[in-house]
Amino acid sequence: MKELGRMHHDMGGQDAGPVDQADHSHPDWEKRVDALMMLLSNNKRRIIAVDELRRGIESLGSESYTKLTYYERWISSITQNLLEKGIISTDELGKKMVEVEEQAKAGHSLTGESE
Amino acid sequence: MALFMPGDQVTVRKAFPPGHVRTPYYIRGKSGWVQKVLGSFANPEELAYGRDGLPKCPLYRVRFMQSNVWTDYSGGQGDTVDVELYEHWLELFDILRKKEKVCL
Repeated sequence: MKELGRMHHDMGGQDAGPVDQADHSHPDWEKRVDALMMLLSNNKRRIIAVDELRRGIESLGSESYTKLTYYERWISSITQNLLEKGIISTDELGKKMVEVEEQAKAGHSLTGESE
Repeated sequence: MALFMPGDQVTVRKAFPPGHVRTPYYIRGKSGWVQKVLGSFANPEELAYGRDGLPKCPLYRVRFMQSNVWTDYSGGQGDTVDVELYEHWLELFDILRKKEKVCL
């Protein structure tokens, strides 16, 4: 049952399945997202605070929050924060996304690794 | 300066504001006692919106009886849970309004 005023991420005390404790590896893009956040939040830059990252993740809405993986949530929030701060624009991002997609279709590796 | 001291009985405000909050839903409205004053920190509920979070807010480790937190708690009678809470979420426990026993 949905309780009034309870945000989706605030799950303490709710039923949950077993915790998957299996080891897993991180693809390169996840490591890059982590590195990007470290660079944006470090003392030299202080562009996005970790609290802002969390706020962005909590604002995803329950459907996206559930569907996205951990680092997909991070990159969604980083993107929103950078848009809000005017560091990137939606137009710039949209064009870049098309460019990257076309490169991928043309067979270039997104990660820069040999395939 | 911290308003509360270790041993003080406190109640978590029963507030449900939208936005980024650092007080879990399950503990709002519950009463416990201050276990430790942890220091003062920039308010994360402000930092979350790109502001400076100043003045710094005292943060407390508050201990609750599990049997007070969950209506259907079936664990040990003496079980407790510690939650770290910022001062603006806490009020002095009002013995006239509450019937439950806060401490062990």
